[in-house]
Amino acid sequence: MIWLRHSISSPSASADTLMLWLLRAAAGVAASLVLLILFFLVAESWPLLMRDLPITHFVTDSSWHPDEGAYNLAPMLSGTLYAAGGALLLAMPLGIASALFITYYAPPRGADAYRRLVELLAGIPSVVYGFWGLTTLVPLINQLQPPGSSLLAGILVLTLMVLPTITLTAHAALVAVPGDYLRGAFALGMSRWAMVRGVALPAARMGIVAGAILAAGRAVGETMAVLMVTGNVVQHAGGLFDPERTLAANIALEMPYAVSDHRAALFVSGLTLMLLVMLLWSAAARMGRG
Amino acid sequence: MKFAVAAALVFAAGFAWLPAGEAAPQKLVLSGASTMAPVAGEIARRFESRYRGTRIDVQSGGSSRGINDVRNGLAAIGMVSRVLKPQEKDLQAHAIAWDGVGVILHASNPVAVLSRQQISGIYTGKIANWKDVGGTDSPITVVNKAEGRSTLELFLRYLGLKASDIRPHVIIGDNSQGIKTVAGNSNAIGYVSIGAAEYEAKHRVPIKLLPLEGVAATVANVRNGTFLLSRPLNLVTGTAPKGLVREFIEFARSEHVDDLVEAQYFVPVSIR
Repeated sequence: MIWLRHSISSPSASADTLMLWLLRAAAGVAASLVLLILFFLVAESWPLLMRDLPITHFVTDSSWHPDEGAYNLAPMLSGTLYAAGGALLLAMPLGIASALFITYYAPPRGADAYRRLVELLAGIPSVVYGFWGLTTLVPLINQLQPPGSSLLAGILVLTLMVLPTITLTAHAALVAVPGDYLRGAFALGMSRWAMVRGVALPAARMGIVAGAILAAGRAVGETMAVLMVTGNVVQHAGGLFDPERTLAANIALEMPYAVSDHRAALFVSGLTLMLLVMLLWSAAARMGRG
Repeated sequence: MKFAVAAALVFAAGFAWLPAGEAAPQKLVLSGASTMAPVAGEIARRFESRYRGTRIDVQSGGSSRGINDVRNGLAAIGMVSRVLKPQEKDLQAHAIAWDGVGVILHASNPVAVLSRQQISGIYTGKIANWKDVGGTDSPITVVNKAEGRSTLELFLRYLGLKASDIRPHVIIGDNSQGIKTVAGNSNAIGYVSIGAAEYEAKHRVPIKLLPLEGVAATVANVRNGTFLLSRPLNLVTGTAPKGLVREFIEFARSEHVDDLVEAQYFVPVSIR
């Protein structure tokens, strides 16, 4: 107590100032890291970006054959969006349903066990999903329609991977709905489903959407698992059973042996991916505010 | 505060511990083939730890860069992942390993032999069904390597094709992914480093290596040079190597680095 009174009665300005600067430095480091990465990506891809103007040749070249000077990124952009979009389309209803189950329907003990199971799912390394996809899922799809390595396999693996994110964020958002709202709904004699649909879900909408965007970020950037199951052929997938390649997989596949222009082209892929994720985040930020 | 002082002391002690004795380390620069850079880097690290006071710098940039750097004196040793061309006979090549590529099918596939024309037809999409080459009536899944991989380059040169001529269904990165893809698809055809494929086939992975032009795809045939889809991995020097250069080349060709060479799925040259 004496110590406490001492520190209150004569606040040490220097300690506060020191703390302030320490925190400023830490925040500065974190912010500058992002900027540095962005700068690095631009610097590495700059020679190729500036050499063949206009930049639009990255979406109009005949194909992606870096050794022959053709750098069309458009099929990989569409591949990334198809895979991530498809996974979200599947994972959103499943995830929200799971969250509703945990929050309102399951018996307390069961809900707890189920939630821990979902958390465990979130902790499985992505390469394990990829390995399972390659040795189990792809041969299964191959029996339906060869070659098996396909957009569908990518969507299914990604769905598994983003499902826990969506479930856990939606659960957190539902738990955060003020109890008064729910009690009010019960007092009005609403059924449980009417309460969920009319009160809980609208009140938790922001949190659920934010979770979905977080999941989209993960789906867009996921590399190893997708690389192992999507077939990686550079083409606009015409159907679910066609192979395709994502931007992240493109970098991981070709970076180990890429030199000069090929290398720069991979940094352009990275830059595109980064811009895509930034777009998603700014959408999330806008949603959070509005 | 005391803690910080102690930490600083430990830190300083760590610096003092560094071997400061050998003032000017002997330095050696290697440059060239990106295929060889990883294995050369591993060999260099082991060499450095055996011969104190040496520093080996490995840079990649393609076989032609290796040739140029040796000619211009920018590098003491060039890495060239092919046989030297006639106009490069002014240089000396020292093979440190062999790289062989084998065509693999699923073990259940009845096709036992494919000619060079048939393989070329399959990879360019002209042959799309196994029944056209003596197999069952089922569509072929063509497994290709990602652009820039040395295996792809060697395979294309053997078939006389360009990367854009290939019509693949699946594109893979490393050998193990290729082997798993073929093992999981009974109608797939792929090609991987022979060392990797032989190892997996022996460990009951359902794949089989096809012979090429009558020569079985084995590590032994790559070593004795009869298997066509193979190439030497050469260290190249301008003159007869001496001093540190010679020590390094001898070390890289010795059995002391066999494990490093085999870890990259190449075939060591040292005779056992």
